[in-house]
Formats: sequence, C-alpha cells, structure tokens
Amino acid sequence: MNLYDRVFKPKKYTLENGKTVWEKRNRTPLILLVIVLMIMISIKITDFSLAVLIKRMKFFFVMLKDMFPPDGSYIPQIWKPLLDTIKMSLLGSFIGAIACIPFSILSSTNLVHAKAITAFFKVFFSVVRTLPTLVAALIATYIFGLGTLAGTVAIAVFTFAYCGKILYESIETCSMGSFEALEALGCGKPSAIRYAIVPQVLPSYLSTVLFCFEGNVRYASILGYVGAGGLGLILNEKIGWREYGKVGMILIALFLTVATIESLSQYLRSKLV
Amino acid sequence: MVLTVAEKLSKEPKIWRKQLVVTLIMVLVLGWSLSAIKLNTGGSSGLTVARNIFKGLLTPTPSLLLNFSSNGVAYLLLETICIAFLGTLVGAVVAVPISFLSASNIVPSYIAIVGRVVIMAIRTIPAFVYGLMFIMVTGPGPFAGLLTMSLASVGMLSKMFIETIEDLDKGIIESLDAAGCTLFQKIRYGIIPQLSASFMSTLIYRFDMNLRDATVLGLVGAGGIGAPLIFAMSSYRWSDAGAVLVGLILLVLFVEWFSNKLRKKLARG
Repeated sequence: MNLYDRVFKPKKYTLENGKTVWEKRNRTPLILLVIVLMIMISIKITDFSLAVLIKRMKFFFVMLKDMFPPDGSYIPQIWKPLLDTIKMSLLGSFIGAIACIPFSILSSTNLVHAKAITAFFKVFFSVVRTLPTLVAALIATYIFGLGTLAGTVAIAVFTFAYCGKILYESIETCSMGSFEALEALGCGKPSAIRYAIVPQVLPSYLSTVLFCFEGNVRYASILGYVGAGGLGLILNEKIGWREYGKVGMILIALFLTVATIESLSQYLRSKLV
Repeated sequence: MVLTVAEKLSKEPKIWRKQLVVTLIMVLVLGWSLSAIKLNTGGSSGLTVARNIFKGLLTPTPSLLLNFSSNGVAYLLLETICIAFLGTLVGAVVAVPISFLSASNIVPSYIAIVGRVVIMAIRTIPAFVYGLMFIMVTGPGPFAGLLTMSLASVGMLSKMFIETIEDLDKGIIESLDAAGCTLFQKIRYGIIPQLSASFMSTLIYRFDMNLRDATVLGLVGAGGIGAPLIFAMSSYRWSDAGAVLVGLILLVLFVEWFSNKLRKKLARG
C-alpha cells in the first residue's frame, strides 16, 4: 500500500454474495499534474514562446530556400568526403562489433558465474554508452590528430557500447540446454559457446550490427564538425561560407546514400531473421 | 526413420561456398575502407595527450560540479533536461499526425510512401544544421535547442509510431462498429488503448536519447550542457570538462534506470 492509496482511499464495493472488493483510485490525475508541472518549469527555463515561433517561423526557411537549387557543379568535390564517411562508418562498426564480443561474454550472467565480473563489465558498458559520441570524437581528434582516424575511433567506441549491450542481453536470454549438454559431453567452454550459443545469437547480432552501421553513416556526418573527417567537414565549411547551394547538394548526396544503405541493410536484415 | 549421427552429419546443408563468398566480400569491403585511415601523428605525443586527458577527466573540478548558480553543472543539467523533455513532447505533437498519414493501413500506399520519404529527409539533415536554422528564428539560447531537439526527434518517433499503428487490430474497431459506437467512442475505446502504452514507451526512450544527444546543441550555441563542455575541451581545461561529463553521465545513467523501470511497467500493462 503506497502513499497515493493512503491519501485517496480505494473505493469499496460490496458484491451480492457479500464479498467486498477494493478498487484503487485512478492514477491518471496525479500523472497529469506532474507532467503539467514539468511542462511549466521547462517552459520557464527554456523561454519557450509560441508567439515568437509563429511570428518568426518564416526565418527557418531562409536557409532552406537558399539551398535550392542545389549547386550541381559541386558534385565532384563531394565524392571523396562522402566515401570517407562510408569508410569511417564501415571500419568503425566492424572494429566496434568485433571488440564487443569478448566483453559481452564476460558480462553475461549465464556464461560467467562470478557476479563481480559481470556487474563490473555491465557498468563499464553503460558508462561508455553514456559518453556522448561527439565527446569521444573530440578526445580522439586530440589523440590521433584531425582526420578520419579520429572519426573511426569515435564510431567504434559507440558501436562497441551499443552492440555490446544488445549482445549480452541476447546471450542472457539464450536457452542453456544445449550448452549444458555439450559441457556434459566434455566440451570446453570455448567450443560449447561456439556450438551452442553462437547459432542462437548470430542472426540477431548481425542484424544489430547492420542497424548500428545504418545509424553510424548518419552520425558520421556530424562528427566532421569537430574535425573528425568525412562529410561533416565540408558541410561545416560551406555553412560557414554561406554557400547554401553547395550545402543543399551535400545534404542531397547524404540523403541518397543513407537511403541506399538503409534499404540494403533492411533487405539483408529481412534475410537474417 | 532413425538416422545415425554420421548420417545426420552428412545431411547437414553445405554452405561453405556461400560463406566463402560472404567472407570475400567482407574482406574486400574492409580493405577498401582501410584506405581512409592515415596515421598522421607520432604515437608518443598522442599517448602523452591521452594521459593528460584521462588524468583531467578523472579529477573533475569540485567547485564547478557543486556550484548551484546559473553557470554551475546542476543548473546546466536542469536546462538540458528541460530542453530534452519539451523537445520530445513537441516532437511527438508533430510526429503523431505525420505517422498516421504514413501508415499504410490508414491511407493509400502512394501517400504512405510520400510520407516515408519526407520522414527520411527530416532524419537525414544533421541536428546542427537544424540548430543553425532555428537560431535564425529564435536567436541563440535554449529555445533554439528545444526546437532543434523536437525536429530531430520527429524522424525516429514517427518511424516507431508507424510500426505501432500498422500493428493495430482492426477486429476491435469492427466489433465496436457492430455494437453501434460513434466515431469518437471508436477512437476512445478502440484505438487509443491499443496505441498509448507503446507510444509512451517510445517517448520515454526518445527522451533518454535526447538527453544523451544534447551535447550536439552546444556546437551551435543552442543551449544546454554541450557548449560549456565543448569550450572546456577545446581550451584543454580537462578537469572542468571532467566535471561536466561526470554530471552528465550520472544524470543519463539515472534517467536510463528510471525510464527502463517505467517502460517495463508500461509493457506489463
């Protein structure tokens, strides 16, 4: 019985056969009140004002209008950064996806029975995952210098944390029957994992990695902003010089690439699962 | 028919040729992408820089972390929470009509395809470009950040909403129809209960993500915790950056734990 039920007493019903039933009061008013309060505080802190938004909304389209028509003559210079972005995401996703495998095994409670080890690696995954990708990219540019290597490292770190979490969750939901049977037959842990766990988690793992790769292509375009190479670099440069026609062309190229990669990976994922 | 182990093994499908092709493609693609990597710094200087960075990050400035005025970490985090919260809500308000218009079981398929292309176009433009556009509308500050967050959320929100809408069980609506319900009653008792739990769960998840992505807003001066973090990092004040990061990571971990609990409750109904 918690506080809410004590303040607003549950309603009592007496049935025809003499039994009494208690109906708890609806929580919706309380939840609504909390949400309205949060909205009011947020409006105050962020200076939200609908009037300003309606009155000045047309300025949002100023930049968008300048992007049309896109500057077609700029296409030859887009190719290299675009390909760099794809390469960065590919390599970063691959490194991150491979690197997370041993860590996920170490954080699955059904494979490693020492609670301290699994808890440690789970916390490790959470902390790495909360580290904003942009911050990872900035740190990487200081260590590896400006360029695509820093972006690749940032993407690898993000992929590592994301895929790692999903992978250990799917390992933990595996059915352990065949694993135990193999161990009983005298298989060591590595070969038991290879023949009992891998077939169960492989499709969902590959699908996660593909999904992550899809998102990384999109994300890699932001990383250029901090000097980590790729499309973001020229995007930032052209916005700075106010050459919005070229900005429009870059965005269209990004759109087409993302659309292609997304439909390709969706096709592959539909084959997997 | 009982097979011996050896017979069973020989019946295993032979897929080595397919595996070989896939592996070859992977190796080729990876080899191609290796060409993007150029090692352009001496390893030793990078290592000392890395050591300094991690030393700074691990010893955050206590005065900044425990400062409750308007430029301390606590207030900046509160501002970030507010931006993410309202941003998610405004994004949802925009996303709901868009997703109903792009769900293939509600509208004809050609309209649904147009809707999907629009959603994808919205998702493609990086958040900082939106940030710059909104700064022209509102001037720099958290308001611009809020609008950026909401537009950046629209893509993912409507994608998830569409999936929920397409899973709608039409039988319930038909039976309400047969029972003589009005349109309003059909929406209230047939559609909203089917959608609300999943929509709420999506919203909470997106709020989580928005909080994490809020650093991007700092790049263009659209409020929140990003700007002080990036300033601290680009002027090599690693301890200050550490203070901000510690605050942010603790907040995100807490919100993630809380939202997981909420979403579990929603999933159980």
